[in-house]
This record gives sequence, C-alpha cells and structure tokens, in this order.
Amino acid sequence: MAPLGRKLRVLIAKPGLDGHDRGAKVVARALRDAGMEVIYTGLRQSPEQIVSAAAQEDVDAVGLSILSGAHLAICRRVIELLKEKGMQGVRVFLGGIIPAQDIPELKKMGVAEVFLPGSSTQDVVKLIDTELGGASGTPPRPPLASRE
Amino acid sequence: MSTKKTVEETPPVVETPASPTHTTISGRPIAPLYRPEDVAGLDYERDLGDPGQFPFTRGIHQTMYRGKVWTMRQFAGFGTPRETNARFKYLLEHGSHGLSIAFDLPTLMGRDPDHPLSLGEVGKCGVAISSLQDMEILLDGIPLGEVSTSMTINSPAAMLLAFYIAVAEKQGVGPEKLSGTVQADILKEFIAQKEYIFPPRPSMRIVVDMIRYCTERLPKWNSISISGYHIREAGSTAAQELAFTLRDGVEYVQWCVDAGMDVDRFAPRLSFFFNSHSDFFEEIAKFRAARRIWARVMKDRFGAKNPRSWMCRFHTQTAGVSLTAQQPYNNVVRTALQALAGVLGGTQSLHTNSLDEALALPTEEAVTIALRTQQVIAHESGVVNTPDPLAGSYFVEKLTSDIEADALEYFRKIDAMGGMVAAIERGFPQREIQEAAFQFQRAVERKEKVIVGVNEYVMDEKPFPILYIDERVAEEQMGRLNALRASRDGAKVRAALGRLQEVARGTGNVMEPILDAARAYATLGEMCDALREVWGEYVEPPIF
Repeated sequence: MAPLGRKLRVLIAKPGLDGHDRGAKVVARALRDAGMEVIYTGLRQSPEQIVSAAAQEDVDAVGLSILSGAHLAICRRVIELLKEKGMQGVRVFLGGIIPAQDIPELKKMGVAEVFLPGSSTQDVVKLIDTELGGASGTPPRPPLASRE
Repeated sequence: MSTKKTVEETPPVVETPASPTHTTISGRPIAPLYRPEDVAGLDYERDLGDPGQFPFTRGIHQTMYRGKVWTMRQFAGFGTPRETNARFKYLLEHGSHGLSIAFDLPTLMGRDPDHPLSLGEVGKCGVAISSLQDMEILLDGIPLGEVSTSMTINSPAAMLLAFYIAVAEKQGVGPEKLSGTVQADILKEFIAQKEYIFPPRPSMRIVVDMIRYCTERLPKWNSISISGYHIREAGSTAAQELAFTLRDGVEYVQWCVDAGMDVDRFAPRLSFFFNSHSDFFEEIAKFRAARRIWARVMKDRFGAKNPRSWMCRFHTQTAGVSLTAQQPYNNVVRTALQALAGVLGGTQSLHTNSLDEALALPTEEAVTIALRTQQVIAHESGVVNTPDPLAGSYFVEKLTSDIEADALEYFRKIDAMGGMVAAIERGFPQREIQEAAFQFQRAVERKEKVIVGVNEYVMDEKPFPILYIDERVAEEQMGRLNALRASRDGAKVRAALGRLQEVARGTGNVMEPILDAARAYATLGEMCDALREVWGEYVEPPIF
C-alpha cells in the first residue's frame, strides 16, 4: 500500500510472447492521467522479470495484459514469485481475452480483478482506488493474497 | 458475471441522441451533404478508369465478381500439428481449395516450445511448428502441388517457407509447382503487431533475400503480403492504415530495387492485406484509394511497365478489434457489414471473423456462421452483379480523394525522414497509432462513439460457450522435440547452423543455408538463435 502522501505506483506488464500492446498502453496512459505513477515494462517479460521490476520500482499494483491464452500459467507464476519475495501486498489485476470459466480460478490464486474487452479504463482506475485507497483516501482492504 | 435473466424485462424506450459530432470512426468530419462541386476536380479517365484499367480505382479486373467471386479464405490453426492436419483434410474434403495456417506464438517468435517465454503459449493461438518433422505431420497426405497455402508468419517466414519447400521435396513436388503466400511483412511488426525478432535492417535483408529466392525459384508463390490489418487493429485511423501499409510497400520495392532486382519481375507477386472496419463508406473509400495510390506509385515512382506491377491485389479481414465480448451475437451483424464493405471495395479474398472471437478462438459453429455470411453476400445480396457500384457517388468519390490526400501527406513526411525503416527507428508510425488508439478509447468512454452493448444498450448476460484449449499440447510438443533432438545427426545440424551464421555475416542469400538447416532437422528456435547471435535482438523502447 502506498504510504500517505505518496502517489500510487503501478507496473503495467506484457508477459509472454504476445506483442498486442494496444490495451496495455491505453491503460498505462489512463492511469497516468488519473494521477498515478505508471511504469510500463515493455514487451515479452518473464514472470521473474516482472516481479523483479515490481520490487525495484516498489509498486503498489501490477497490471498484466494477456491476450494469447497463457494467463493461467503466467498469473500463477507471478503470484507465486510475489509471495516468495514477501510482496503479498502488491495487488495483481489482469486484462485481455480471458475465458469466463478461468475467472474463478484466477481470483482464487489472488488476481484482484479481470478486465475483459469493452471494459472502461475508468473501471481500472476505480479498482485500484478501491483496493489501495488511492485518491479517495479510504482505508485499504487486507491484501488479497492473505484472504485465501 | 451475472446470470440474471433479462428476457422478461421490457426494453426501455430510448431516444437515440444525435451524435455530438458527425465524424467517421477515425474521427474524420463528414459534411451535411455532398454535391457535384465536391468532385468537380475528378477526371474519369485519369482518376478512376474503368475496372481493369489504370489507375484501377474501380477494381483490378474488368468484370470483377461477375467473372469469379472473391476467394473465401478462412484462417485456422490450433493445438498440435496432428489436430490441425485433421482440420485441413476436413476442409479440403468439403470443397476448400486453399489452406490458411495460423501458428502459435512460440512459432511466430522463433522460440522452441521448451523456451521459458513459451510458458503457457504452446498451441494456444495457432498450431505449434518447431521443426521439419512438425511440418511433415501438419501437411501429411496433403498434395502440395495442388493446394495453395497461405502462412501467416513474419519474422521466421524464411524458416517456415523452408520447412514447406522441404516437405514438398519429400513428396516429389518441385518448388516451381508450389503456390501460396507467406505474410513476411516485418515492417508492420515493428509498427503494430510487435512480433519482431531481429533489428529492422537485418530483418529487411531476410525479406529481400526471400523475395529474390521466390522470384527465381517459386514463380507461383506470393513472396509477401503487405499488411495494414494489424496496423488498424493496433488503433490506427483508416488513413493511417492506408498510408503506412502502402508506404511499407514502397519500402520493400525500394530495397529490392536497390539490391539490383528488376521491379517488373518481382512486383507482380506482391500482395496486400487490409482491415475492413465498421465505418462503411470510409472503408470502401480506403480500398478504392489504395488501388489508385499503388498504381501511380508503381508507375511514376518506380517506372514499372508491367500492368500487373501496378495492381494492388488484396486480401481483407473484418475487424477483430470491433468485436465485443458483450452480446456476442451482435458481432455477426458487425462482421456482415464489414464484409460487405470489403466486397464493395473490390477485395480479392476475404476472411470473416467469428462471433465469439472477443472471447476465445472460434468454435466450429461460429466459424460456419462467419463463412455463411460471405456466402449470403455473394449469392443473395446482388452486389456481385456489377463492379464498383458506388463509383460516381459524390460522397464516396470525395471521401476516396480525401483519404488518398491524407495518405500522400504521410508519404511526404516519411520520405522526409529517410524512408519507413528510418521512421520506424524514430518511433513515428508507432506514436501516431498509439495516439489514435487513445483518442478512440476516450471517445468511447465519453460516449461520443457508441458501441452497442458496451457503452449503450447494455444488459446482463448468460455465460457464452467457447472453445477451450488446455495445457496438454505443450507436453506433447516438448516430448516430440526431445525425441527429435536425440535421434537426428547432431554434427550435421551444428554444421548447417554454422554455415547459416557465416552467410548471415556476409552478403549471400540466407534462404539456401536456412533450407539446408531445415533439411537437417535443425529446430526453428535453433535457427533463430543462430541468427540472434549474429544480428542481435530488437527491443522496443517502452513508451506509452
């Protein structure tokens, strides 16, 4: 969670081999416009690289963009690595082409929210605000990874 | 997802508000009325010409669809080579004449299935092909001298083409008999889809080598499909799609000419691939403008004399990005309108997307509806009866000229930067597209652009049944890859890869050593790694 008075820091990441980055870039820009500090990893980052960037940049949330069908394997690994590094407080959210049947499993592993095609960037801003008490200053809920 | 039933609810009576500004989906303002003075400068012979006549604004053939309707070519591929082989055989048995192969991401990115970045990707969005052995399975029992095959592959196009040639050799079919296309358009990868491996200049060298090889050895093969589809999907406007695609075409022609090739020998085999998006008239105007620009560029800029070098032949696919995950059946209607625009725009072949593609790869039922959509247009609508039926419309002609002018303005900017490769290195087309994508998203969120079922006319829905691909493909592919590595002649593979690196460092044609490496059962990942060592890998600056 962001210390008081600090801007929320969000890492937007494109894991896997897919290069379709339209969604990742539009979300990155919308979050920046909403007053957050946004770091974009660029393309083709392994889960290890993403988690290491999240640690280095001391982010409050990680947004993953996956359109290729690799979401289960990748989210599982990213969340595992966050736990290994003691970074359970970092919220993970996901956007892309995600079959509805996978959403319960993704949420069970600790993904805060899944944004499907047609989602508004304002929904992403709202989610981060609610989860992390961002601009509204409301107290954050307990970290997702400890809710299991 | 809510499962609340909505059928009992009476839809509220809604007043549809007039759009705050009358603009196309690309943000182009549209006048209240078009009149003769809007097209007063247009000269029929000079600017339109009859169908089949320079500058081909009205179509590349005299009779267009009266002679033969467009080729209905549906793109397919999933899972293992064996599964896709079964689908291909089914398609051929049911009257299809051409194959169109979709590859998975490890294949598209030149990675073997056991590479760490292939985690979760094997066989997911296409078929997994990592060696000649996989290609032998994929094409087993398919007579390569008789079918035409389109392969959607870019960075490793030379390797996949080599696998294809090598399978044909084993069937006793010579390269001169092979007919088909590799996409091989690396420039639009840097601009939009981002499936690049090597930096732009060595990537261009592979393309030039491949065009030369195809021109000399595979006379029936389309060496490249210069694509705007992905540029549009990444968020460009219609004019940007047109401008960047055709300017990419100019760049390929220039590089081939600079490499000493005769334009009239290779240009007739160049083909294009466009998106057909939702703004009906803007798309039709874009297709017409594409033919006019290309004809003039080839004749005036490159001095081409063969009429076939002047013709912009193109494939069209409806806009995947326009499909919504909400109320998926509405996508059938969107696709039908987009397909109709492609047909009225004079496309040579067409792929219609399936209604469930915002959710997953399509089910067989969804693919069938997509194909039937084309058949309804071809056989029931009557639009095939006369070529370019919208010619002479004040609006369509004005829009055609306006989009052409916008595209030519981009040509001037890119020429001033030193060409498309230089423009890409500066990030110019990438930034233009990124900005257009953001502006569109903002317009949607402000409801300046209405998307039915997404920002208006929303309702609760039931879950929709989709095609689901599991993790078992990766295991099967890795098992076969390990067995291949253990059984092949390792020394022969190492020698072939060494030879490939040697040619890559020099100036020879890389196609020959790639073919030899393919025949020795070097894997796709090994060949690409050998070239990564020589040329390095491209990393895009992460700007947004």
